[in-house]
Amino acid sequence: MSLRPFLDVILASLVLGVAIFTITARDLFAAVVGYVAYGLLLAFVWIRLYAPDVALTEAAVGSGVTGVLLITAGKRLGALKDVAPDRQPGLALKLLTGVLAALVASALGAVILMLPDPPPSLAPEAAAAADGPGAGLGNPITAVLMSYRSFDTMLEKIVLILAVVGVWSVGADKAWGDAPAPLRQQKAYAPMVFLAQMLAPVGALIAIHVFWTGANAPGGAFQGGALLAAMWMLTMMARLAQPPRVDAQWLRLALVAGPAVFLISGLAGGVVAGSFFAYPQALAKPIILFIEAFMVLSIAVALPMLVAGPPSERQDQ
Amino acid sequence: MTPSVLAGLTGAALVGLGLYGLILHPHPLRKLLAFNLIGSGVFLVFGIVARRGAAAGFRFDPVPQAMVITGIVVAFAASAIAVALILRLAAESSHVTLDPEVWSKPNGGDTQ
Repeated sequence: MSLRPFLDVILASLVLGVAIFTITARDLFAAVVGYVAYGLLLAFVWIRLYAPDVALTEAAVGSGVTGVLLITAGKRLGALKDVAPDRQPGLALKLLTGVLAALVASALGAVILMLPDPPPSLAPEAAAAADGPGAGLGNPITAVLMSYRSFDTMLEKIVLILAVVGVWSVGADKAWGDAPAPLRQQKAYAPMVFLAQMLAPVGALIAIHVFWTGANAPGGAFQGGALLAAMWMLTMMARLAQPPRVDAQWLRLALVAGPAVFLISGLAGGVVAGSFFAYPQALAKPIILFIEAFMVLSIAVALPMLVAGPPSERQDQ
Repeated sequence: MTPSVLAGLTGAALVGLGLYGLILHPHPLRKLLAFNLIGSGVFLVFGIVARRGAAAGFRFDPVPQAMVITGIVVAFAASAIAVALILRLAAESSHVTLDPEVWSKPNGGDTQ
């Protein structure tokens, strides 16, 4: 008898336990720390579902970058004003909400137990895509993202740009063109500076490796880009670097480079290979890696800009 | 119970928990956190669809997995916009709440 079923149950209870802590924690900071731990545990569940690519993305974006976003937001909110102790909801409302949540969860659970058999699957199409237009890619996820569903992936990069535009546009009029506020207001602790100096170069190398190896093994542009973004944010939190001005030319070029190269390659595919977003068979892998390299750049720039927030007037020093 | 069904049920429970927090927490950032919990629960439910769709020599269906990766990044982008809106709301007004009763008072609930 193997130990695995027990480990799965323990993992599931850990995930649920930390999620309950995240919901019930008294203050925001504790809740965010709980959420980061929850994301890392969830990454293990994804590995158990044979989804290492999703596990990497969940750990990097779902828990890591989202955690930094919420901690930074909490600090900025706290600096703006004391968050008033809001009216707590009454017992009746709590009970009613609990019943509603339990109903929704059980309905979903019932659906999961009654999923159709045999299950529908697009795996054969994805396998064909990995063999055909995405030839030479050993990682089926990358083949799906860059070949079978390339239009979605390109649009998703545009969503990231739209999000950056959305965040920038809620800034005050007077601050337009300025840089976002620093991720950390006070002087950084020495250990933080040391960590950033030691970790950032190594992390950047690992990020490039994750992107490069993503063609054949778990990894890829999202995961590599998110890691690079994390390293940039780390140096900004140690105040070794400052957020750039939002009207900087290089920043805007880097933001649009990924989707622009993707779209141009897609249009060129219409001329060269006969259809929109098709790649010539022999050159598919180099072209896909070329597009992905620019996507990594755009993701690595867009994520920290989303965390840094709208431009704000200089108030330090 | 197979690991994938267990993961799916965990996802369903996470959706319930997140919904509870989303409705009851008065603090907007806590609401956002709870909403992200719902999101990851939904992704997990989709994850077992990917696991069950194993075919063509794969142990999983790559298409739903790729969609979940896209989804995680888009969920983060939406969270970032929500944070920017919450911070701007706090900077422009005297209270940090989404409670409509506070906002509908004649002076915006500002008693100072």
